This record gives sequence, structure tokens and C-alpha cells, in this order.
Amino acid sequence: MKQRKTTFKNNQTTLLERFHIDAILLMGLVTLMGVGLVTLYSASGQDIGQMERQLARLGVGLGVMLVMAQIPPLAFRRLSTYAYIAGLLMLVAVLLFGDMGKGAQRWLDLKFIRFQPSEVMKLAVPMMVAWYISKFTLPPRTLHIVSSFILVVIPTVLIAKQPDLGTSLLIASSGIFAIFLAGVSWRLITIVAGLCGAFLPVMWFFLMKEYQKQRVLTFLNPESDPLGSGYHIIQSKIAIGSGGLEGKGWLQGTQSQLEFLPERHTDFIFAVFSEEFGLLGVLGLLAIYVFIICRGLIIANRAQDAYSKLLAGSITLTFFVYVFVNMGMVSGLLPVVGVPLPLVSFGGTSMVTLMAGFGILMGIGTQKRFLSR
Amino acid sequence: MVRKRQQIRDHSAEANLFARRTAIALLIVIGMLAVVISNLYVLQVKQFEDYQTRSNGNRIKVVPIAPNRGLIYDRNGILLAENRPVFSLEVVPEQIEDLDATLAELTDLMSLTQEELDDFAQHLKGQRRFKPVALRTQLNEEDVARFSAHQHRFPGVSIEARLSRYYPYGDTLTHILGYVAKINKNDLQKIVEAGQEANYAATHDIGKLGIEKFHEDVLHGEVGYQQVEVNSQGRIIRTLNIDPPTPGRDIVLNVDLQLQMAVQKTLAGQRGTIVVSDPRTGGMLAMYSSPSYDPNLFVHGISRANYNELLNSPDRPLINRATQGQYPPASTIKPHLALVGLDTNTITTRHTINDTGRFRLPNVSHVWRDWRKWGHGKVDVSKAIEVSCDTYYYDLAYKLGIDKISEAMTEFGFGDYTGIDLYEESDGNMPSRGWKRARFNQPWYIGDTIPVGIGQSFWTATPVQLNQSVNTLINRGERYVPQIMRGYMHDNGQVQLEPLKTLRPYQVKETKNWDVVLNAMWKVVNGEEGTARHAFKDVGYVSAGKTGTAQLFAIGQNESYKADEVAEHLRDNAMYVGFAPFDEPQISVTVVIENAGGGSSNAAPVAREVMDFYFDNIASDFLSGMTGAVQ
Repeated sequence: MKQRKTTFKNNQTTLLERFHIDAILLMGLVTLMGVGLVTLYSASGQDIGQMERQLARLGVGLGVMLVMAQIPPLAFRRLSTYAYIAGLLMLVAVLLFGDMGKGAQRWLDLKFIRFQPSEVMKLAVPMMVAWYISKFTLPPRTLHIVSSFILVVIPTVLIAKQPDLGTSLLIASSGIFAIFLAGVSWRLITIVAGLCGAFLPVMWFFLMKEYQKQRVLTFLNPESDPLGSGYHIIQSKIAIGSGGLEGKGWLQGTQSQLEFLPERHTDFIFAVFSEEFGLLGVLGLLAIYVFIICRGLIIANRAQDAYSKLLAGSITLTFFVYVFVNMGMVSGLLPVVGVPLPLVSFGGTSMVTLMAGFGILMGIGTQKRFLSR
Repeated sequence: MVRKRQQIRDHSAEANLFARRTAIALLIVIGMLAVVISNLYVLQVKQFEDYQTRSNGNRIKVVPIAPNRGLIYDRNGILLAENRPVFSLEVVPEQIEDLDATLAELTDLMSLTQEELDDFAQHLKGQRRFKPVALRTQLNEEDVARFSAHQHRFPGVSIEARLSRYYPYGDTLTHILGYVAKINKNDLQKIVEAGQEANYAATHDIGKLGIEKFHEDVLHGEVGYQQVEVNSQGRIIRTLNIDPPTPGRDIVLNVDLQLQMAVQKTLAGQRGTIVVSDPRTGGMLAMYSSPSYDPNLFVHGISRANYNELLNSPDRPLINRATQGQYPPASTIKPHLALVGLDTNTITTRHTINDTGRFRLPNVSHVWRDWRKWGHGKVDVSKAIEVSCDTYYYDLAYKLGIDKISEAMTEFGFGDYTGIDLYEESDGNMPSRGWKRARFNQPWYIGDTIPVGIGQSFWTATPVQLNQSVNTLINRGERYVPQIMRGYMHDNGQVQLEPLKTLRPYQVKETKNWDVVLNAMWKVVNGEEGTARHAFKDVGYVSAGKTGTAQLFAIGQNESYKADEVAEHLRDNAMYVGFAPFDEPQISVTVVIENAGGGSSNAAPVAREVMDFYFDNIASDFLSGMTGAVQ
């Protein structure tokens, strides 16, 4: 059956296949980008300049995806340790002499390029964990799990110290997903969950900065300070709620068009979407995300080796975390942690990383070794 | 050993495990999405109406629109109070990041004075959120141009145009029209008490004085509203709906601007007042109190220096002498007393006295003098009015007694408000036993009654009261409330007259007594010995009247009054009441000139000037009054 499929494919080798592009996944991504551009046009107040910049970024993202898809998964596997160690070193460098931006130390200036090492770690951490776990048989033993956990915790803490709560959350989940998918026992999961619960007060009193605590407090009761720190979330909920079932219509969202909604073209773009397209539009948007996630999970399942499976699964599920955290924080379910709505929010760095991840995913899906497993 | 076991991989088992875990992960994804969706369902469907309301509350603001204030016309349709656009520099503090820096820059650009900045700081306190605060209220064209060129540098600062009151005739009509000025705390409190808060939500000025205050209700109008869409900065994006305000009603006064100006001219440089009314209606044709002041000074906030000057001026320009000045009526009320004497049969037309210039009560050493040292000889009631014989009235007052006088004069309106449409009115004082007991805790002495006969001794009246009482004589008892407002002006230029306000008539037993008194007043002007005969020499109409000279200074028993020896503010007030034409009176003139001396030589000529002007320039049908006195 597999053989037949291969011959079928070989008969009609398309340009996409030649470049290791997964047509189905690409379709999902491009659809999402289209929806994102339409929303951004409204959210930016019909700012053509912003549209052009976003288009350029999407172009760069697709280019990065294309390049990553050409690299065989085996190469990534060999690179995993180096990428992880280099990433860790850069994170330390950022903490020592990084650039300040918006009150947080996230940027590393290497003269010719300025970038956030935490973005590298978004891919390096799942790669490292997948590499480490796949060295042994699955399910991993407790010792290996603990070791992989340490591999996840080190960069997470370093990034949280920048401070960048959103990214450290994404990186922690990407590593944890790899461990989970590797088949960690449910007993251990329960214990770790319990430990995490116990860790929360420690985080509150020793690790979180004042503005982060404020965000959490605001999240718990936004109406306590409706004109101050609660303003974002209240206006966001008003935007979403007033969208109703069918929405106010494209470019008709009063909350966004009249500038009541802050950060409306970046982290809070989901509120603009919800206001203008309503619950029905949101369900459509979620369908696109679910489509992409399902496709990613299918690719992960069809992958030939444990490393590829774990990496593909982790990338896909981390993508979902973006979606969930962003929608959750914009609609008041979660505290505001600064996670963009993937491929829809205006902004460059995280999009390039996301597209690189999808490139790796496509490479895993399309570059089959016809040798033994 | 561990390592060894790891070498053996069961690929299909691992794939199955991974597939199971993927499936669980997908279930978790779906579960979390279900949480997201159910939360959105709550927000967008269950609480939709709540959030829709809040969204509309964000963007829709209801802005009140001030109604245009009603205009005020004179009886001939000449505009006396109009609305003109003025430009003011206004600041919305909530829209400015650094208020101090902005103010500093504005001070450089517009050369704001320290007083303006202080006033601004004052107004800033207790101002409602997002309500503009005025920084400079009257911008000239240069100011407007200069700021407009730099407007982009000052978000939250703008030039606002609104209509503001202007009185084109300045100080001519101040005491009639009054003025409007910015609503202050006291006004606001009254507005709230009257339940008019909503109606005044957009109103800037309120009537503070005069007609503007008295007829505030009709002049103000009803507030309108517009629904506007605003953005998060409070800037208006568009208007959604307008419920236009109802402008105030335009009103027409009885006042004749031409006559008022003539009156002002005759009083120039003097302290005093002239009241001209139409005895047939009680309508005020002219009413001027001198000195006056420019009401326009008050509309945009008078400077402290200007206000103190007005307040502390010894000439008291802020007082409306016509309604607030309380003067001893002096001899001008002799006709009234004569009527009471005749009607109570205390005297008859045949009754005479022999005036020697002195009046004494039995067993009392005090002597009351006539103004003419040697007296008038034999006088009857008519001659006593013509020559203004004091002794006759000392005697009459003595015979009537204070109770009868007080009762009758109260019926003429003395000691009470006339009800003229001005809040600035005094009631004067009609003395009585009860009043003296209450005021001084003293009994009424017979000696108090005697000078009441010549309108002195605690008796004070406002010129409007006096004018009203003369109109009662003219109308043979019919009484009208003096009215400044004539009616409403409709858009088509037609005037809807206000109904006349009448009072309970003054009742007499014998109507012919009116004629006795009125004919005596005719003699004052036309008789051989009339006190106003010189003043009215060679006039082209027939008039009647009564002079008066009010003493403000008690002269010793054996001294004589010498004007130049008395401080100016203690010199006699010159008074005159008169009307014309005699047969069918059209105007009733009351003149009071403070510290000017005798009424016949100082007030009567002024009254004549006014009457001359009226008959030369205004009256069209005065010829009907030329038939002369009924003898």
C-alpha cells in the first residue's frame, strides 16, 4: 500500500513535493495567513504600511520554512546538542550584556544581526529533549525523565529571568510535550503536577517580578482597576462579547476601530477578530488551527524514528499552546503573558521561529528514508 | 545492563505508545479548545447584551446642546440683547499628557497672563472629567489665527466657538436688561434645587440681573441632545442622532429705545433716575438710573479692578435707583393726601387755611415751617397743591392722623413691592404705628404725623412706586403693575402681547374727588402760581404734575436751609411727577435727581425735556390731548 502510494506520487511529482513541502499543511498555513492579513488590515486601522511589513515577514517566514524543509531530520538530530548548548550560552550572554527592550532583556546584538536567543531555544529545547529521550528505548526511565526535565528547566528559568513569561511558558511546554509523548507514566505525571502546584507559591514570592504579579492580580479581578491595569482585559472582553454570534462585520468593530482596544494589532488581535466576525468566525478560525494541528500530529505519527516523532509532535503541540494561551489571555481565561496569536498577530520574531518549526515538520513528513528504520 | 536493555528497541511498540500518546494529546487539545469555546460562548452569546451595552457605552456619548438664548427687542423691534459668536481657548485636561508643559508652551504662544493662569487653575478644580476648561474666553482674530497655525502641537487644546450675549447699547439699558454671566456655584445650586440641572447641562451663561434674570425661564429655552460616537481619546468621530434644542423665546419690551436714550442724555452727569411709563397699561417706556455701567463687562467675567471700581464708586452705579432707590417722596404725594382728605370728608374743596409759613400744634413748642418763609396766605386744597403749600398738609395730616394716612397710602402701593418684572426692587417704607413699634420700639407721636403730610418722616418710596401711584391718580383708581416686558416676538415679526397685570383698584366714595386732585396738578403746570409753570413755559402740549423737594438734612429750628453750606450728599433731592397729555395721558414721568436742590427748578425742567422729546419724536396722536384742562 505504501508502495502504491509512492508510485502514485512518483507519477505526478509536483514542484511542492520536489521541495519537500507538505501541500496539506501549507494549505492550512496559507489560509491562516490570509485570515490573519484580513484581520490585521482592520486591526491596524487600514494601515497599508503595516500590511506591507507583515507581508514581508510572511514571505521571510515561508522562505525559512522552505529552507528548513530541505534539511533531513537526521541532520537536525545530529545538530540538537550543539543547538541547545549554543542557545544556552546565548541566553546567559543576554542576561549578562543583552539589550533592553520594553523593560526586558531579551535581545542579543551581534552587530550584523539582532535577535532573541529565546526564539532559538523554542526549537532547540524540543530537539534536545527528543534527542536525549530517543537515545533510549521508550517509555523512558525515571532517571532519563528527570534528566530531560533538567534540560527543560534550565532555559525556562533563564528566559523567565529576562523576564519573558510567555516564551518561557512556550519553551517549558515544548520540552514537556516531548517527554509526555515519549510515554512517561501517568503516575509520574500526577506527581509532577502535584509538585508544580506546590511550586506556584515559591514562584509567586521569589521568582515573579512586580509587574508579573500585577498581571496575575489583574487577571483575577480586572474590574478592580478598570482604568489602569484592568483596562486591557476589560476592553478586550467587551470587544469579544459585543461581537456576539455573528460579529459586527469586517472593519465595523467599534472597540478596535475607535481605539478602545489596546495592542489590537499584536497580542490582542484575537479580540478584533472576535468582535468583527463573532463566535461563528472564531469557530472557523479554530477549525483552521485544528486542521493544522491534526496535520502536524499525523505527520508526527507517520515519522519513521522516535526523534522525528517526538520533535514533530512537540512542535505541533507547542503551536497549539500559542493558540490556547493567546485566546485564553485575550478572553480573560488566563493572565496576560504576551503570547501572540500565531501567524495572525503583527510581529516578526516568533513568526519566523514558527515557520522554521513548520519547515522541520514538513521535512520530517516528506523526507522518508527508504532504508530500514 | 541498563544500556544493554536500551539497545533493544521494539519499534512497533514504541510507535503504538506514541500513537496512543498523540491521541491523548489530541483529546487534551480538543478538551482545552472546548474550554476556550465555552468561554467565548458565555461572552458572545450568553452575556452578549451586557457587553454590547458596554461597548456602546464606550463609543456613544450623549452630549447636551445649549439652546440659543432668546433675543430681547424694544417696542419697535430694535435688538437690545443679541447673541454673537465668541471663540474661546479650551483645554481638556484628561487628553493632555503633561499639563504643565502644555501650559508653559501656550503661555509662550498666546502670551497668557498670570491672572488667566490662576483663573484656569481655579476652574480646573472640581471640573467634570473630559469637560473642557476655558483658558481664555474671548479670542480676537489674531489669537485664533495664531493658535490655529500651531494647533497640531497641542492635542487636547482647541478653539471652541459658542454664542455669547452682547448688549449693543451698552450702559443705556443696563438696569433694565441686566446681563448674563458664567454660571457660578450659587447659580448651579439654584438650578439643581429647581430641578433644572439637565436643562442647563450645556448652558454657559445665566441671567444675573434685570430682565435677563427675571425672565430667565423663557429666555433660556430647552436643552437639546446629540448622540455622538467618540474614540478612546474622547474625540467625536461622528454624530449619530440629534434632538435639537428649543431656543429661548424672543421677548419684546415696552421700552422705547429712542426715549430711553433721550432720558439717559438728560440725566448725564447727575445722580438720579427717570421713570417713564404708559399710564394706560403700566408699561415701562423708559427707565434709567444714572450713573450706569456697561453690562458687556460682566458677560465674559469682569476684572477685579473694574468690579471694585464699580462697587466702591460713591455714585453707586450698580444700584438701580428707579426700583431700589428709596427716597422720601416729599411734596409729590400731596395730591394723594388731598384725595384721602376729600374722600374721608376731612376737608372739602371750600375748606381753607391761612398760611403764615408756620404750623404749630396746640401746646407744643415745635414749629413746622412752610418752604416759603412768609407763607402762602389763604389756600384751599387745590391751591395747596398748585403752590405746594406745606402748612396746609401739616394741618391735613394732623386732621387725618397716621392710621388713615398709612392705610390709604398702602392702598396706593406705598410700602410694598410694585411687582415690576425685576428682582432688584425695594419696597420702600410707609410708616405706621405698628411699624414704628416694631422698628424702634417706640410709640407713634403726634409730631411724627405732621411731616408725613409733606412726604417726610420715615416715609420712603421708590421712583417706580411713585410713578405707579401717580398712574393710579391718572386712571382714577385703576391700578396696573409696572411691566417692562411687553410680549413675545414671533418668527414672523408679530408680537404676542402679554396680558396687562391689574391690581385691586383704589376705591373712592366720590369720583369727582379725582378731578379736584388732577385739576390741581394741572394748575401746578398751568396755573399762575404753579410750581412747575416756569419749567413748562410755552410747551406744545398740556401736562400736569407735582414738584417735590426732599430734605435729607434736618435743619435747626431757627436756621434756614442754604444749599451751598450743606455737604453735597446732604443737599435736597429734586423730584417731579407728571403726565401728559392731560386729557388722555400717554406718558407718566417720574424724575428724582439726587442732591440737585428744589424740584421746581431742577426736576421739572428735566421732566419737560423728556415730555418734549416724547411729543416731538414719538407720540403720533398727542393732538387729541391738546384740549386743555377740565375746569
